[in-house]
Order: sequence, then structure tokens, then C-alpha cells
Amino acid sequence: MTIRTAALRLLPVWAVLFALLLGMFFVLLAGVNPIEAYRDLLRGALADVFGFATTLVKTTPLLFAGLGVAVALRAGLINIGAEGQIYLGGLAAALVGLYVRGLPPLLHVPLAMLAAFVGGGAWALLPALLRLRRGVSEIITTLLMNYIGLYFVGALVSGPLKEPGAPYPFSPPLAPSAYLPTIIATTDAHAGILIALVLAVVTYIVLEHTPAGFQVRMVGANPSAAAYAGVNVGQTVIIAMVVSGGLAGLGGASEVMGLKHRLFDAFSPGYGYDAIVVAFLGAGQPLGVVATAFFFGALRSGANIMQRSQGVPVAVIFAIQGLAVLFLAASLAVRHRIFRWGGRSRQPVAASPAQAAGVSDPE
Amino acid sequence: MIGREGPVRPGPSPIGQAMDVLRMEEITKRFGPVVANDRITLAVRAGTVHALLGENVPQLTVVENVVLGLRPRRPPFLDLAAAEDEITGISKTYGLDVNPRFRVMGLSVGMQQRVEILKALYRGADLLILDEPTSVLTPAETEALFEVINSLVADGKSVIFISHKLEEVLRISQAITVLRRGRIVATVPTTDTTPSDLARMMVGRDVVFRVLKTPAHAAGPALEVTDLRAASDQSYPAVKGVTFRLFRGEILGIAGVDGNGQAELAEAIAGLRPVSAGQVRLNGLEVTSWPPKARITAGLGFIPADRYRFGLVPDFTVAENLVMKTFAAPPYTRRGFLDRRTIAEHAESLVDQFDIRVHSVQQQARELSGGNQQKVILAREVSLTPTVIIAMQPTRGLDVGASEYILRELIAQRDRGAAVLYISTELEEVITISDRVAVMFAGELMGIIRPGDISHAELGLMMAGALRLKPAAGPA
Repeated sequence: MTIRTAALRLLPVWAVLFALLLGMFFVLLAGVNPIEAYRDLLRGALADVFGFATTLVKTTPLLFAGLGVAVALRAGLINIGAEGQIYLGGLAAALVGLYVRGLPPLLHVPLAMLAAFVGGGAWALLPALLRLRRGVSEIITTLLMNYIGLYFVGALVSGPLKEPGAPYPFSPPLAPSAYLPTIIATTDAHAGILIALVLAVVTYIVLEHTPAGFQVRMVGANPSAAAYAGVNVGQTVIIAMVVSGGLAGLGGASEVMGLKHRLFDAFSPGYGYDAIVVAFLGAGQPLGVVATAFFFGALRSGANIMQRSQGVPVAVIFAIQGLAVLFLAASLAVRHRIFRWGGRSRQPVAASPAQAAGVSDPE
Repeated sequence: MIGREGPVRPGPSPIGQAMDVLRMEEITKRFGPVVANDRITLAVRAGTVHALLGENVPQLTVVENVVLGLRPRRPPFLDLAAAEDEITGISKTYGLDVNPRFRVMGLSVGMQQRVEILKALYRGADLLILDEPTSVLTPAETEALFEVINSLVADGKSVIFISHKLEEVLRISQAITVLRRGRIVATVPTTDTTPSDLARMMVGRDVVFRVLKTPAHAAGPALEVTDLRAASDQSYPAVKGVTFRLFRGEILGIAGVDGNGQAELAEAIAGLRPVSAGQVRLNGLEVTSWPPKARITAGLGFIPADRYRFGLVPDFTVAENLVMKTFAAPPYTRRGFLDRRTIAEHAESLVDQFDIRVHSVQQQARELSGGNQQKVILAREVSLTPTVIIAMQPTRGLDVGASEYILRELIAQRDRGAAVLYISTELEEVITISDRVAVMFAGELMGIIRPGDISHAELGLMMAGALRLKPAAGPA
């Protein structure tokens, strides 16, 4: 690995650092000392047990969905539909939690999670099929299916699933046997984060150390060459997309089963969209996604403290997040041009989405 | 991105060459290390069609970028009615027959092309560059386009007509410049040349390889292709009923000018392109509908022409590229996991055996030189001990040393008993390496001969589609 490739691989880190640096300017505009604001942000997110628990709670769905988007990215697919897949996963988990009764937690929890994986995966299957059979861009279809997912769940919890007499659209509570256990007493932190971390490691191993992962990465890096080498590209695309949606669906399940214990209307504040950022900043690497998901979770959690103690609006955090993406995108554009100077004249300018996203293979 | 050297002077030059509408002198263009245009000098006379006849690579874009200047438009408002009148006028003058009120989306490809021509004329262009304009047209549309070109030229406009189709170029142009490997081979007046001259210039005969070869000992048929038909990416027939038999222990060369269906033929045999009719038999098995994987397992090796598109995953390491077809089987996968060490050892041994110059087998394939990339592909294909090897332009872009290495290895494969289908646009190379040579033209084989049984002139005629031999020569 040359110094240049090392520097390129650290691009996301630079993007985040520059975003934080520029974010100080916004904090200044709010009339606050940026050093103090960032100190409180950090302290709020990590220093005390409640802040840390909140960080974990915010990290969990980002990690699940971020892993999902990353898997698709490695197969050369852009899954913008994690949000909808979260909703379908949450719905499937809620249905199992509501209507399957009398199971011990050791069976009920896995069953609900499995249902969520299937729900999210099914939501991603349709775009994958449309892409293969009709050549419709999965970017558009997954995006549009987000709205269907959101409003489908909204309609259900406003109607058939609504708790009688509830002031807002939400379902009755799940059976307690379908709850994910709390991992830090007296806080909201639940076992979803542990499951997500295990899945991150599993995803890493599958992608880097199994033939299936090799196949997915080959399809992502050069689908023509993969077909030439005898890989069934269509099948690989479908499997990668279903796994991608399934992982995002687990994010919805962990929200429902670990945090809310009911199915709420609009229960995800855009985790599925943030997951796209998480996956791209994590360069499509599962372990990179762990880092970026945690970073974003911490920002979210610390932002509330910062707002309370320093009066810096939470929106500043969103601005920093946006800046990080912007810097990364800009640096990737530059990097891409470096490659073109480097003599890939015969290659199409926009190679695969994975390349455009700067996804590369380690070693 | 583009390095350009030398002056470009559009428009009439005040001194001496008042007749030239375009002069380019010593233009060189590079894409990174690849020289696409090497010291190109070109003069286009006003009121003529100047054809550029060359390989199928995007090497001519500099010419295009230079001249299509925009006439400054009037105030910032669109005067659509006036524009419509003007467009209708231009359209009538040159027989373009374009109704300005139609939506472009609903038009046929031929009509869309006319709209492009119209656009250029409306902007005041005196020189039009048509890059492979007929590749997407039906024969009738081509005729219509030629009429348009003739009326443009009659009106004093000039046209640069880029194509690799000999008969079109001969029909429409007044002067022809032949390009090969990014260089000008010659510029000749159309009336002074013949199809076979042009074909010979296009495929060249400048490299003489020092490759020793013993006579072939052909055995039973390994690959039998019967009346094979396949379409191009644009859904036009590209392979139109090709029939041949390739025997174990021989090299069958397929010569021909680029773009006559060779790539489609190779891809159809490899299972990468749908076959519309006909049959492919591999070692006696009918494989016409088999997926690529099954054909690989049945013993088919394929060295594709486009290294970056098919042959390699540039982002993968050399080691990974060397197991691209075998990663899922033992010993590279054991108990469900990739065995990274075995994969690396396998790569080390191939790197030694084929003298592939790498810093490390964990280096990305994109970082290698073209010759070493080709050796990676060759090593991978040969290490599978295939019974049939399709080698398509395996020496393209390589220096003489690397080319000779590739050719020698393919002959060694033949002597091992493999059947080799050697497809190249370099006639000399095909003749040197092959035991039998087929010439492909317009999607058909014009005949199969033994090198030496026929003169270069006759080969030139076959490549130009002017001579068809029957029956085909049998194996050695």
C-alpha cells in the first residue's frame, strides 16, 4: 500500500475533520465559544452513562442500516431505500411481537428479527428485480419505495393496528417476550447494539473471507469481468440487495423491539437516509461503518446536551454532517480525476457506483 | 486530461493553402500513458469528404473537439419562430427532411442523427465530423445519409467521415487517411486506391515476429461452430452464419479488419453474448445455451480483447485476479472460507512461471503495465489447462518482446494439445502464428486457408469482402 493509497483511504477521516473545523464557524455564528461547545458535545455523548447510552441508542439503527447500504454498495448497487426497509422491518417485527404469543424470549426475539430481515429484504427485492428484468435504476425505485413503506406503516397504525383509544397513531405494546433486553440499567440502551456489532463482524468476514463475498465484490468492481469469470451476476445482485434490505430491516426491528416496544407512525427520524451517509463515509467497509455510525450516533446524542448547556442549535450538527458528505464527495471527485490522469483511458468515466463512491478493497 | 501538441488552424489559411478548411500538424493526444493520436497531420480540402479509416478506438476525438465552434447567438431570448424558419430552410437545402416541431425522443436513430447534423449546420459549421455515422443505421438510412453528405459537399461544406467500413469510405470520400495504432499510415486520393490496398494498410505488415513453430499435429475437433448468428450491442446482426471447426493441437487464426463481428463471435462462443441461431459444440458437447461458468468448466479458456472490461478486475489484487474463475473451489476455498495463503502462493508461482513483473501479488492489477496485465490473464487462462483457448487481440498495445512471449506461450499450448482460436486484426501476426487462417468480413467467414497457399493480395481482397473462397481448407 503506497502512501498515496493510504492517504486516499483516509479521505473520510479528513472529510469529517474539515467538517468539524468548519462547523466551529457555525457555532461562532450562534455566539458561542466553539471549543466549549465541542467539549460539551463530546462530554454529553460519551462522558456520562446516560449520554453514552443515548449514543448507543442512536448508533444502533444507523449501524444496521449502514451495514445494509454498504453491502449493496460493495455489489455495485446504490440502495437509497434503507428508510423504507427500516419501516417494513419494524412492521414485520411488530406483527410477530403483537400476534405471536406464548413464546419464550429466546425464540420470540429471533423469530421477530427474522421476520424483520425478511420484511426489509422483500422491500429491496422488488427494486432488484426491476433493475435486472427491466433495467430500472435501483436508485429511483428504492427511494420511491421509502414513501410507500412510511405511509403503509402509517396507515396500519392509524387503522387496524392502532391501540384502541390511543391519542396518536401507534400500536398496542408488543409481548414483553419480544423485547430486546436493556444492557445498561436505568437507561434506554438495549441489546440491539450488540446484535448490530456482531453482524458488522459477520458482514466483514463474509465480504472479505468467503467466496460469496469475493463474488459480491467482483460484481461490484467489474460486472462484465464477473460474468466473464462465470459468476451469475443477476443472482448476485438479487442476493446482495435482499441482504442489504434485510440488514436495514433489522434496524427497524431493533427500534421497535428495543426502544419503543410499540409500532409508531413515522418512528424513524430518517435513519435510513443517514445510513447512506454512514455507508459512504465508511467506504463500504463494515468496520468503517461501525466507526461512522458510532460517530454520527455520538453527534446526535451530544447535540442535545450542547443545545441545553450552550444554546447551540441541534441544526449545527446536521450542518456538520452535511459538510462531511460534501467534502467527501468533492475529494472523491478529485480522486477520480487522479485515476483518469493515471491512464484508465479505455474505461468509462463513471465506472461502477462502487468505484464512484470510492469503495475499494483492502489488500 | 488531454495533452495536445502542435497548432490547429481551423478556417482557410492565408498563405498558400486557401483550399484547406482544416489543417492539423503534428497533433499528439494522450490518455495517461496511452498515446491515442501520435503526431497526426491532416489537411481537409474545402468541399470534399475526407475519410478517416481506422481501428475501432476513440482516438479521433481531438479532431472533433477542435472545430465544432459555436457561432455566438443573439440576445438572451429564444426566437423560436425565427429558428424554426431557419431550421426548415437548412433542412430543405440539404434534403435533411427534419420537421423542427417533432420531439427528438420519438425519432428513429437515423432521424436523430440528422438532427445532430442540422444542429451543427444551424450553428454555422462549415466542417462536419461524422464519427462512425452508419454504425447504427439501416442500409436505407445509410443511403439517405450519403445523399445528405453529397448535397452538403456540393454546397461547399466539408465532411470528415470516420469509419472502419471500407466500401462506405470508398463510396463517399474524395480522400482517405488510414490510421493504425494511432498513427497515420497513409493519405491517398480515393480514386487511386482499392479495397485490398486499404485493407492491407489497415492491418499492417510492419512487425515481423521471431516465433519458432513446428508443424501442427491436429487431432479431433475441439470446437465446432455451425451457422452461428449473434447481434451487436446495437442489436444489428454482427455474426451472420459462421461455421468452422477447430481441432486439438492447431491454431486457427481469424484475420479481418476491426469491427467485422470478431468480438461478437468470440463472446458468443464464450457464452457472454446471446446466440440468435446456430450451434456451438465444445469437445463434442452441445454448449450453445450453457452459461459461461459451465463452458469454463468444460475446458474453454478466453483471453478477451478488452482487458479492462472483461479480462481483469482492475481494483482487485494480482492474486485475486489469478483466481477469478476458480476462487470458489478447493484449494482456494476450504470449509467455506477463502484460503488467502493458498491464493497468494498460487499467484507467486504463476508470477514466477510467466515472469509477471509485480512488486507484490497483493498489488492492484490496475497498477501493472499492459504487458504484465496481459500476462496475468494469460497465466490465469493457461493455468486452467483449457482444451480450447480463444485469444482475442492478445498482443494489442504490447511491445514486441511481450507480444512474442504471448505468441510463444500460445504455441506451447497448442503443442500441449490445446485448440487455439487466434483472433487479431494484425494480419502478419495471424499468419505467423496460425496453422490455418480464416478471414472474417461483415460477420461472415470469407474462407479458411493455410498460410502460404494464398498471396497477401488475395488476403487483402478477402478482408475487403471482394473475394470469397470455397471450400474451406481442412486441418493440417
